[in-house]
Amino acid sequence: MATARKAVVDSRANLPFVYRQYSPEQLRGVLHKMYLIRRFEEGAEECYMRGLIHGTMHLSIGQEASAMGICMPLAEDDQITSTHRGHGHCIAKGAEVSRMFAEFFGKTTGYCKGRGGSMHIADVAKGNLGANGIVAGGIPIAVGAALSSKMMKTGKVVVSFFGDGANNEGAFHEALNMAAIWKLPVIFVCENNGYGMSTSTARSTAVKNIAERAAAYSMPGVVVNGNIFSEVAEASFKAVERARAGEGPTLIESKTYRHRGHSKSDRNRYRTKEEIEDWMANRDPITLFENELRDFGFIDDHGIEAIRDAVAKEIADGIEFAKASPAPEIATLENYVYTEHA
Amino acid sequence: MDAAVRELTYAQAIQEAMAIAMDMDERVFLMGEDIGVYGGAFQVTGDLVERYGADRVIDTPISELGGAGVAVGAAVTGMRPIFEFQFSDFATLAMEQIVNQAAKMRFMLGGEVSVPVVMRFPAGSGTGAAAQHSQSLEAWLGHVPGLKVIQPATPHDAKGMLLAAVADPDPVMIFEHKLLYKMKGHVPEGHYTVPIGKAEIRREGCDLTIVATSIMVQKALDAAATLEGEGIDIEVVDLRTIRPIDRQTVIDSVKKTSRLLCVYEAVKTLGIGAEVSALVAESEAFDYLDAPIVRLGGAETPIPYNPDLEKATVPQVPDIIAAARDLVKGVR
Repeated sequence: MATARKAVVDSRANLPFVYRQYSPEQLRGVLHKMYLIRRFEEGAEECYMRGLIHGTMHLSIGQEASAMGICMPLAEDDQITSTHRGHGHCIAKGAEVSRMFAEFFGKTTGYCKGRGGSMHIADVAKGNLGANGIVAGGIPIAVGAALSSKMMKTGKVVVSFFGDGANNEGAFHEALNMAAIWKLPVIFVCENNGYGMSTSTARSTAVKNIAERAAAYSMPGVVVNGNIFSEVAEASFKAVERARAGEGPTLIESKTYRHRGHSKSDRNRYRTKEEIEDWMANRDPITLFENELRDFGFIDDHGIEAIRDAVAKEIADGIEFAKASPAPEIATLENYVYTEHA
Repeated sequence: MDAAVRELTYAQAIQEAMAIAMDMDERVFLMGEDIGVYGGAFQVTGDLVERYGADRVIDTPISELGGAGVAVGAAVTGMRPIFEFQFSDFATLAMEQIVNQAAKMRFMLGGEVSVPVVMRFPAGSGTGAAAQHSQSLEAWLGHVPGLKVIQPATPHDAKGMLLAAVADPDPVMIFEHKLLYKMKGHVPEGHYTVPIGKAEIRREGCDLTIVATSIMVQKALDAAATLEGEGIDIEVVDLRTIRPIDRQTVIDSVKKTSRLLCVYEAVKTLGIGAEVSALVAESEAFDYLDAPIVRLGGAETPIPYNPDLEKATVPQVPDIIAAARDLVKGVR
């Protein structure tokens, strides 16, 4: 049995995973990024309402702990593929909000030089191979990236984010099967927010937990509360270790909820006001994490205030950067269709 | 025949190109269904798995969509995959990855990535495989910006264009007519490339231009040889690439001959013949035309099983002879 002295020294021993694994500074950084994701999307939504951003967007407000938890154990050169609801993944993997806003404004300083917008946001330098407008479109691509990692012996791990809707696409099944037979270093992350557009998983999916699909491909299937950062990060940490050890893929189902509608056209007719308000009031991932940090003594109210202020400034600066950036010349319309030969 | 002229079949030429590509660049690898010990449905990969191992000649499950996506993902992250579809018809199962991902990824990401994937599609009718294993779908992919689409018509070009495709930074779709696999022809040893986007004049003539693709090139040459005896002098343009199309070679040829016949195996309507006709009609070559443009394409039907019906579905040499003769003699 451990001595009393050891228990004092290791005062975090009884805390959840992330509080044992990461430094207080790292954990405060996570809270900062969760706020950055939340405020970025609120800022983008406001710009959209004011007509500064056109098209549509799919907000992940309410899912921030999932994006941050999964990305927590990843190295900078590990890679991800993302979804139409991908702003959080992009920020979690290290993107700058200024260049994301610039992309949403269609400017040349955006990550995709104004060609992709919200639905194709990417940051290749930080390992984000791109959001995807096709449900399950990124899953086989992630498996291909993992095949590259194995063949080139780079040690990179690849995470494929997708939603609950994707688990009924053929690409999901084909990709999981190939990743399993070739033991590739890839982690499949299903962010189950309960609805594929308007259709609930109960109505669309034969299994109760999407993680159960893992059994069909002989890989671990893990269900986590996607709104609790530590739970998500712990599952991701284990999956990353397994992948790096050459033991193959893992399917993580991160159960979460989107506070906003599917996209900007959603009238929320398929769920009740009470349901939405319950998730917002009682299971908000940022509130849950913030409370834990405070309860465990990692941060105080002053520290939280400082993070909120810093994020507010980053968002305001990012929007200003986007507004001030140049729009693409019409003459460049056909650029990037093919690789330019110098 | 010159003893120094080495001949290979079209299938052997492709296999040699893949071996050279793998020798030259360790990033190059092959993926596809039954391309390993089986050797590929048409024996194109043959014994490559014995020479390069199962890690570089990868048998995939029967998962065209997933397999194509894996190839795209590997290409984007530094590898140079060559993905074999067992039949070009199965592209229908993988259109999402080909059209939405491979073709658009570079553009959507503002030039931040390239997608150097090669996909090979055994195509066409004539093998008695009926409606789901005999189609010519190249124009489907030719319609998509971001893809390059080629149809080598000779063993020489099959090797040279594949090596050009592997070196190309963008996705290249190769449609190989299955009846060409056993065609023999001169294939130089070692590495060489045949440029993508350049048509080739296979035979010079002054009375009529035939623009043909894939297996129709040889049929057009056979027709031209017959018509030579009647004093009709035909120019045969092998289009070779349908995206990006070599407009200038077609326009220059029509300006010289003043007549145009397009011959292709795919369904006639909304096909490559429409594109070639339109590019001529829109160009300065229009003023040189002495006769209406004529297209010979596949019938407006799926490919039937019965061999006589199957032959009747696509243009044959007598059809080309009749159409060419009528055009030159002013019957049309």
